[in-house]
Amino acid sequence: MQATEIPGVIIDIINTIAPDEDTTDIKSDVKLRDQLDLDSMDFLDIVMELRKRFGIEVPEEDYPKLASLDSCVEFLGPMLADK
Amino acid sequence: MAYDAIIIGAGMSGLAAGIRLAMYDKKVLILERHYVAGGLNSYYHKFKRPFDVGLHAMTNFVPKGTKRAPLTKLLRQLRIPYDSLQLCEQHGSQIHFPSAQLDFDNDTETLRAEVRRAFPDQIDGFDALTKRVLAYDDTSLDTQPIPSRVILEEHLSNPLLIEMLFCPLMYYGSPNENEMEFGQFCIMWKSVFSEGFARPEGGVRTIIDLLVKKFKELGGELRYSQGVAKILTKEGKAWGVELECERGLTKISTKPRPRSEHAEVIEAAQILSTAGVPETWAMTDGLSTEEPKEAGALTFMESIACLDIEPRELGADKTIVFFNRQETFDYVRAEDYADLRSGVICATNNYDHATPLPEGVLRVTSIASWDKWSAVAKPEPYGELKEKWYQGQLDAMEAVIPTLRERGMRDHITVHDVFTPTTIFHFTRHQRGAIYGAPEKLKSGITPIAGLFIAGTDQGFLGIVGAMLSGISIANAYFLRAGA
Repeated sequence: MQATEIPGVIIDIINTIAPDEDTTDIKSDVKLRDQLDLDSMDFLDIVMELRKRFGIEVPEEDYPKLASLDSCVEFLGPMLADK
Repeated sequence: MAYDAIIIGAGMSGLAAGIRLAMYDKKVLILERHYVAGGLNSYYHKFKRPFDVGLHAMTNFVPKGTKRAPLTKLLRQLRIPYDSLQLCEQHGSQIHFPSAQLDFDNDTETLRAEVRRAFPDQIDGFDALTKRVLAYDDTSLDTQPIPSRVILEEHLSNPLLIEMLFCPLMYYGSPNENEMEFGQFCIMWKSVFSEGFARPEGGVRTIIDLLVKKFKELGGELRYSQGVAKILTKEGKAWGVELECERGLTKISTKPRPRSEHAEVIEAAQILSTAGVPETWAMTDGLSTEEPKEAGALTFMESIACLDIEPRELGADKTIVFFNRQETFDYVRAEDYADLRSGVICATNNYDHATPLPEGVLRVTSIASWDKWSAVAKPEPYGELKEKWYQGQLDAMEAVIPTLRERGMRDHITVHDVFTPTTIFHFTRHQRGAIYGAPEKLKSGITPIAGLFIAGTDQGFLGIVGAMLSGISIANAYFLRAGA
């Protein structure tokens, strides 16, 4: 997967786990939590969806690295490169 | 390993946990002793009618789109659309004591205005208490228990108001006599006063059907009429369950039995029991690190009267009335078959149903005695006693809402049904019919046996919404997180 595809993947996951959130205008450099109503349960679901869809494991201490779309690209890029 | 997880009990918490696990591709089996799902909030048919077992109201009601509320969270976690619950809001409820009444509804301002009207000098304390309750983090799985009475007394100087606030919160969730742990108090306050009451259009069955359907769609397996005789352990770790040889509800056992040669054994990597803490301990042996915890002392009887008239035409225009017929409120185990000094009246019709119910329904709940009811021979004098105490409950309703007598409620009753603590035990296996479970909660959900966890009533979240959140939280924490 190209790094440029990652924001789309994350947004697709958010649309799945939180269908009532408006994800049309998300800024990539701002924390997801500051733009959307997501709590720790939702972040667990993002991680679970990543595991389910791509077989990658994100340890709990790395959850903060999923804070914004930009940080997701940076952190997940290498893990998803061969997916 | 046959299953990643076995869940004991298809109540609200077991089904919610099952959905979470199945959603993330765990191979999961739910075992339910009853032939119907729902647990403490189930339903049955009698007199060609559907009856809800325990549900007067679904607490924790919030409007669609409300952020960060327990109901919103759990629907998101279960991926169930809000509208599918078909929630109908209450018309307004009341705390009814002889010398004061406080109305409340799904708008928090109503109760506040009522406190100001009835207890003008207490309003500042009430506001401070409200603030403190709302600030309390009751979702934490590792808080220490503290009693709530002292905290109420810090803010309120009028003992009557304190009793009145306790009345609905204890009745809707306290396993303890005359006291509530403050975390539990906050959960109940938020669910009853801050959020509120609603009823699914089709009663509790609407929710149960949604959960079962979702669980099965995700590939979960559910076996009815299949009780668990024993949780099997080896070197302090659970590895499976032994099923009861005799299927269904008939068997009464609260002690582990010797392993049967012919019993079916199912292996699982992890086990989640929603049967209750003492009930779960009774399924394990070799549990030396901890004595079995005591079952709760508080249990209830309830009568349901079907009417050929709407309750409001008899003057019963509230949705729920929490009544106490004397000045002090005694939330204690009943000495006699039932304690008719206080109770709860629910007029099921008084919700904003899209289609009005086909008949009037009044339910009245009283604290009852497990010791008395469980010692009575069946069918008689059990049947006679049920009738006698049903009449007593009607008297109590008429005393609280005098128009019921004046307008001839009894002439309008077409059929009635009564359940007692032994009914609760028969269908749910909660020891002593304790619907709010053991007095001591196991917030962490962790047991001394590795791989065995607790969710549901005895984990400490309350009500239907609380039970589902309990199942979700425990499933997330110990079955889904990385490393689990």
